[in-house]
Formats: sequence, structure tokens, C-alpha cells
Amino acid sequence: MATPKKKSASKSTKSTDFAAAPINKALTKEEKIDLYRTIIGIRRFEERSLRAYNQGKIGGFLHLYIGQEAVAAGIVSLMEENDHIITAYRDHGHALAVGMSMNECMAEMYGKHTGCSKGKGGSMHFFAPDKNYWGGHGIVAGQTPLGAGLAFALKYKGLKGCALAFLGDGAVNQGSFMETLNLASLWNLPVIFVIENNGYSMGTSLKRSSAEENLAHRADGFDMEWEVCNGHDVYEVREVANRAMKRAREEMKPFLLEIRTYRYRGHSVADANHEKYRTKEEIEEYKRTKDPVNVIRQKLIDEGVMTEAEAKKIDQEKKDEAEASAKFADESPYAPRSEIQTDVYSEVDNDTEGKLKGTYFFND
Amino acid sequence: MALITYREAIKQALDEEIQRDESVCIMGEEVAQYNGAYKVTEGLWAKHGDKRVIDTPISEAAFSGLAIGASALGVRPVIEMMFMSFSYVAIDQLFNNASFCRYMSGGLMNIPIVVRGPANGGTNVGATHSHTPENMVANHPGLKVVCPSNAYDAKGLMKAAIRDDDPVFVMENTLLYGEKWEVPEEEYIVELGVANILKEGEDMTIVSHGRCAMLSLQAAKTLEEKHGISVEVVDLRSIRPLDEETILNSVKKTGRALLVEENKPYCGVDAQISHIIQLKAFDYLDAPVHRVSSIDAPQIYAKPLEDWQIPNEERIIEGALKCMA
Repeated sequence: MATPKKKSASKSTKSTDFAAAPINKALTKEEKIDLYRTIIGIRRFEERSLRAYNQGKIGGFLHLYIGQEAVAAGIVSLMEENDHIITAYRDHGHALAVGMSMNECMAEMYGKHTGCSKGKGGSMHFFAPDKNYWGGHGIVAGQTPLGAGLAFALKYKGLKGCALAFLGDGAVNQGSFMETLNLASLWNLPVIFVIENNGYSMGTSLKRSSAEENLAHRADGFDMEWEVCNGHDVYEVREVANRAMKRAREEMKPFLLEIRTYRYRGHSVADANHEKYRTKEEIEEYKRTKDPVNVIRQKLIDEGVMTEAEAKKIDQEKKDEAEASAKFADESPYAPRSEIQTDVYSEVDNDTEGKLKGTYFFND
Repeated sequence: MALITYREAIKQALDEEIQRDESVCIMGEEVAQYNGAYKVTEGLWAKHGDKRVIDTPISEAAFSGLAIGASALGVRPVIEMMFMSFSYVAIDQLFNNASFCRYMSGGLMNIPIVVRGPANGGTNVGATHSHTPENMVANHPGLKVVCPSNAYDAKGLMKAAIRDDDPVFVMENTLLYGEKWEVPEEEYIVELGVANILKEGEDMTIVSHGRCAMLSLQAAKTLEEKHGISVEVVDLRSIRPLDEETILNSVKKTGRALLVEENKPYCGVDAQISHIIQLKAFDYLDAPVHRVSSIDAPQIYAKPLEDWQIPNEERIIEGALKCMA
């Protein structure tokens, strides 16, 4: 195995008190509770969406983020005004973390007109450009060059910010991602590629899909800095990601961040084999020792930031919010059929004066 | 009016748009320091510098996707495919992301990019470098595609494409790059979705696009002189959006339609046009709609055979005579 030539040390094996890191020490009590609120919110939202899926209320695929919540919550909490984010199809956590409402997200999965994409995108395609959130993309690694493009635009316009392009461990073997790593480094783009390494690309373990299991090491081939950290402790995620984001903003340099995390559910809910390609014990062990909800809850209680009772109250609020979102989605209408052909072309949608020439749609 | 090449016309469009709007940039393989593989961007890097004229590595997927991401934040990139054939290695970016991001976001996103480059055969380079994918682009709602047949249209359509808020493919032609046409010195735009009647006629309509429209115009003159057939030639210019009205008005007038394109016939652009004509002008037709397309096989390398495989004047005349029979 090649020795990384970059100096970024792996923090994955060290036990460090990440709560004491300046970026975490600077958090107010309310900000800390907000981190918990986001993490538990994602968990309760997804549990409710799973029920809806099993009831047949949600169609298509449902890729649950359960187990990985601290990654999105931690990194999004570091975003500044000119920071942008894009991810793949396991996108609910990032969406809620940037502040999208449970209602618009749940309604989107129900295919309803009140969904964030009016029911035109579904579970894999959430968008909120007003919150610097650019999807929600269905094809593995297909979003990574777009992430580099967001960074390119920041640099082009002279804005100080960074782009966060999330991907899974399965995406690292796509050509588009490797092309993008090269381009980002060659052009010094302020983009952080965040590999959420949950150990499985669908049903194929990391060992069986990647020749070099240390995924972050690939950055060496592109003269890019990298780091590895754990994803269950939101403090650790924030501490490590903050360095990468600051560097991107200040030095206009890309970064490859590999975050070791775990998903409890299958690749999607349709993945009936997820207890066959891995052991039940493996899943239980992670839940017992590294569950991101339990980890942050316990830390905040130990720190005296919140009480057990307050934690429960927030949990209940999020359960209620998720329940209400399911009701909202259920009661919302579908878009009218006339909207099948809206939102295809910007010029058509905005042609209020009827100036456009020619036929745009070809129905008999 | 100045007599300039098709290549020069495109360069003028790019140059003028880069000057007009600071969000416009051009990127692609060899577009800057090498001055363009086909010299379309010659001199632009020297004039506008690294920020606006950008050499990329040979990574069509990455720079296509990058252009899409950048366009979301207001940059208006024009990306050059050295050959439009190379867009095939960026299919996911161009045919999923550029085409569908707006839709899947419920209209929250738009992708103002231009994808330009030569899309033609007839150059003796074999099947991998001879694609004419305007049919494939047109098959993806969310994308637009134009095929200029001459320098005037190339400049005017390129400017319209750059100013358009949706992704537009501009299909150029290496065999036209060195051909000259009259182009006005003052600024003009050729709107998308407006066909051009290259020649008026009474007996038959030829509908065509790209270089084939020019071949059809030559063939029409021969048909008139040698066979006494008065042919109207409609140059589509824009494939999607499509100027149905001009096609239908012409066919209703002449009663006969010959469709000429370099696409392969199966699911080519003209398959759709043929359908539109039979649906909307059925009662006006005096003969079945006929087509002259590329002969239905992968592009052959051997020059004399390739010259026969793609439409040429002889094959167009043959098709026209069948349509008149």
C-alpha cells in the first residue's frame, strides 16, 4: 500500500475529544441542541417515510440515511452564505439539514404537488436552490462534476465559499468521479468531495468493489489533500470537515474527505438482502456503540447542555412533525395533468407574452 | 455584408457574446492555447484570456457536468465537443443532468449551457467520429437542438443559443467550416424555432437541415433545370423547437414531401417530421412522404462508399423523382 504523500493524518484510529475542538467549543447551547434536533429529526422523518413506503403511499425507491445522520447534520452546520451542497440519491438527510421542511420532503415522496419538486422528482431528487441545495441526483457519481461546477462558479465570480459534493463509497469507482477529481485539482476549485463510506455499494462490500480500500488515498493520484474520519460523532465530523471547508474557502483548494459511517437499512427499502450480505451482529454492534442519535444525545446530557427529559421532548416533537408531514402529504393533491409539460424549458415557462417560436412539445 | 466562412461566423458569435456578457465562457479540449482543433476558437484565448477561454483535459463527462453545475450559479458556459461524437462519453451529464435537472426540481433550476461542435459524416474517419445525434438530443425534452446549414445561420443561432436559458446543442459541420456566405456586419440573432425557406417552388417540398439543406438546394436547382420540377426547399435550422407551421404550409402548397437528412433513417429526425406531415397535412398529400437519409449501417470508412452512404445530390434527385412518380 502506498504511503500517502500528503500530510493529512487519519484521525480514524485516534480517540480525541472532538468536543474540545475550537469549532465545537464555540457552539452555543442552543446550537448544540439544534444539532441533536437535526439528527433526531432526520431519523424520525425517515422512520415515518419507511412506514409510508410499506403502506404503499410512497412509490419508487426509498434510500434511507438512517445511521449516517451525523454526517449531513455536522457538515451542513458549517455552511456559510456562499457554500453550496449537492448529493446523490440518499438525499433526505442533507435536505432536512439545510432546512427543507418535512412537509415538502414527505409530499415529494408521495408524488404530490406540494412536494419540493411538485412531485416531479421523487425521493432521489429533492432540490432547494434557495438554501444552496442542488439535489438530489439519481445516477451514482453523476452529481460529482456538478459539485465541481458549483465551485467553479464561485471562483469565476470571485466569491469566497466552497462546494460540498457528497457521494457514497460505491461512487468512487465511476469514471465521472475520477475525471472530476482531476479537474478539481488541476483548476484549484474550492470543492470538498465527501465520501460517505457506509461499507457497501448496494450489496457489494467495499472489499469486493474497491482494490484500494482506503478510498481517500485516491486523492494522492490527483495531488489533492485528503483526510479520513468517523461519521457517528457529529463533533468529529464538524472538526474535520471544518478544516477542509476553511482551506477550500481561503486557499481555493479541493479536498477529499472520507467519512466512515454505516447504514442500518438496505441500499434501498427494496433491498431485501441487506441482512444476507452482512451479519445482523454487525448492524447491532454499530447501533449499540455508534448510533449517531445516541452518541450526540448522551454527549449533550453529559455536558449538561440538555436533560434526558428535554431530549425526549425534542424527540417527541420530531415524531409529531414527521407524523404531521405524512398527513400533509396524504391530504395534498397531485399536480394537475396539465403540469406534466411544465418545468421542462425555462424559456417556455417564462414566455408570458407568447413570443416563443416553434413547437416545443410533440403530442398528437 | 461580408463574405465570411462558417467557421469565422461561429467565432464572431462566440467573440461577441464573450464581450457582451461576462458570464459567458468557452471551455473544451484544445479551445484555448491550441486555437481549437478546427480553429473555430482561433485567437479567442489571446484576446480574452484564461478566465473566458479554457482548455480542459480530455474528460467530457467532467467538464460537461462542471458546466451544468456552474450554470446553476449563473455562469453561462459554452462547451465544445471536438466532435459531437464525443458527447457519448458524457451521456449521463448531458442527457440526464442537463436535460432533466430543471424538471426534477419542479422548475427551480435552469441550465443555460451551450454544447457545440461538429456533428457530421463524410470525412473519411469511420463510425466513431461521424455521429449526427440531433435526433437523440431532440428525443430528450428539456434539451434544444439547432443545425445551422450556412454561416449566417451559424452566427445567428449561436448567439440565440448562448442567450437562451435552457441547454442548447449547436450541431456544426466540419465540411461547412471553410465554406463562405454573406453575413451582415451589424448584430443579428436567428431565433430558435424558425425555419428558413431557401427556395420557393410549386411541385414538391424538400425538408432538410444542416449541410443536407445545402445539398438539397443544389439538387432542387438541377431538378428544375433538367426535369422541370419546381421544388421548394425548407431548411429547418432548429430541430427542437421545430417550425411545424412552415413545413406544413409548404407541403400543403406543393402536395409532396421529400425529407433529407444525414441521420440514419430509423428514428431519425425525419421519422418525426414524416409523422407530423401525415397527421396534419394528410388530405393535401398527392404522394407518400419520401426520405433520403444515410444508408442504414454504421458509418463506413472507405471514402467513395461513405460519399454514397450519406445523402448526396444524386441520391436526393433519385428520391425526388420517386416522390414525383
